Amino acid sequence: MMINRRTSAIAALLIFVGLISVALLNAGSLGNFGITILSGLFQGMLLFLVASGLSIIFGLMDVLNLAQGSYFMIGAYVAYDAQHVGGLVDLTSTIPDPNVRFIVAVIAAIIVGGTLGFILERGLLRLLYSRPVFQLVLTFGVSLVVLEVIKFIWSTTPYSWTEVFGVRESFFQLFDQRFSTYRLFVIGVGIFLIVAIAILLRRSKIGIIIRAGVEDGEMVQALGINVRAVFTLVFTFGCAVAAFGGAIAAPFLGASTSLGSAFLLQGIAVVVLGGMGSYEGTAIGSILVGMAIAVAQDAAIGTSFAALPSITPMLLLVLVLLLRPSGLFGSAR
Amino acid sequence: MSNILEVCDIHTFIGQFHILEGVSVSVPTNGITVLLGRNGAGKTTTLRSIMGLTPPARGTVTFDGVMLNGKSPHAIARMGIGFVPEHRAIFKGLSVRENLQLAEHRGGDFARKSDFIFDLFPDLKRLIELPGGNLSGGQQQMLAVARALVPDNRLLLIDEPSEGLAPVIIEQMIAAIQRLATGSSVLLVEQNFRVAAKLAQQYVIIDEGRSAINGDISALVQDKALVQQYLGIGTS
Repeated sequence: MMINRRTSAIAALLIFVGLISVALLNAGSLGNFGITILSGLFQGMLLFLVASGLSIIFGLMDVLNLAQGSYFMIGAYVAYDAQHVGGLVDLTSTIPDPNVRFIVAVIAAIIVGGTLGFILERGLLRLLYSRPVFQLVLTFGVSLVVLEVIKFIWSTTPYSWTEVFGVRESFFQLFDQRFSTYRLFVIGVGIFLIVAIAILLRRSKIGIIIRAGVEDGEMVQALGINVRAVFTLVFTFGCAVAAFGGAIAAPFLGASTSLGSAFLLQGIAVVVLGGMGSYEGTAIGSILVGMAIAVAQDAAIGTSFAALPSITPMLLLVLVLLLRPSGLFGSAR
Repeated sequence: MSNILEVCDIHTFIGQFHILEGVSVSVPTNGITVLLGRNGAGKTTTLRSIMGLTPPARGTVTFDGVMLNGKSPHAIARMGIGFVPEHRAIFKGLSVRENLQLAEHRGGDFARKSDFIFDLFPDLKRLIELPGGNLSGGQQQMLAVARALVPDNRLLLIDEPSEGLAPVIIEQMIAAIQRLATGSSVLLVEQNFRVAAKLAQQYVIIDEGRSAINGDISALVQDKALVQQYLGIGTS
């Protein structure tokens, strides 16, 4: 077991070093290299916010939630709407300070995402726990319904973030290059969440229950623990974290109807690459996939191969699965 | 003698397979009752049916006068029934301490019971911070039984406690089960007839999904023909 983990860690490190080397070779200057690294970590952290929920929900409940990307998209739309003039809920006159309004917008996104996650688990998914294929169809159907509802409320027009607020507009200088402080902020929030969730899983009673449930949910029940209540809690939490991800991504990526499917596919690539149900695999997989996308974006500049960044996560996934079918940190299920 | 558990004519299906076709078991308050039978007779399914893990489609299970049918496994466990499954089901990624803490029904259960548990299984004390997956088979079995002792369970369902263990560990396990049976009732599944005869006072033989015969184990030990007929083994 220890040898396996060491091999996995070495494999992840080798992939990371390989990506950094390619980034360095492509960059031409330290400034460009810094931009690629910052962009990779930024995308990695956003991916983590989608994939962490996917991974924990799959590990504990054996449910691959295909609506997870939709919660990310909902988060982006709710945050955008709350922040800008003329939205569904116009907060600009009630909360004139854009910094405070952004905090409120993020909290609103978390609440909406968590509530919708709770409704999905309690109202629909719970009825289908013994039928895995139906769960897949259900969560896919929910993602389509969410997409149509979003189109109905906000139309199909993509929204670019135009509202100016503190951290969104500030920059810092490094290697003669201007770097966005907001990217650094998102990376910081992502790292904080990676550590906070890891501590929660390691140290708290609920974390012990979740880790035990990932191994053997039936035995957890036989010990007197209401696994269904834990399912609801974890599902709600996973959806709230995804909505949070969408909310903090919106100032950079805006809000559009393609966000959900794009992040869902990349999130699935992360979860499978890291090892289904492995939290540490998901955290490391997010960073690797984020870095791979950033390196591919850099490499695609000036070429006609514009699709390279979007297919890179899948290429990396195929490479890892060929060498290790259970993913980097996964166990055979 | 009053019975803490009454299983009455249960029928259990796994998928489309009719596994239990009429099993009845009475477990007296205090003492050890053993379920005997050949491989695949339905002993494990009987324990799982009592726990609600594979709920019976027909028949009744009553614990201390309360009907268990329709209750979820966690609710059944909370009523005071501890389950030690076949193959132990230790959480391999959790430490021994976390495995034990997970079984608490109330905060502090483990702290309150730790002296008793470590007295019963002294090895667990020095292994307390090790992951469950690093323990030997015998140590895992000790942990599985210890886990069922953390809350104040009044009935323990123990499935094949001697399976795959070295003889010296089996002797330790027998001593431990005898001790813990002084405070709880035990319903045991055991393939090793020598172990079963040493531990139990009552027996129920399950044959092809039906409870065939029951009584005092001392009488069964004497009845070599019966043992040969239902278990396919000699008693010597």
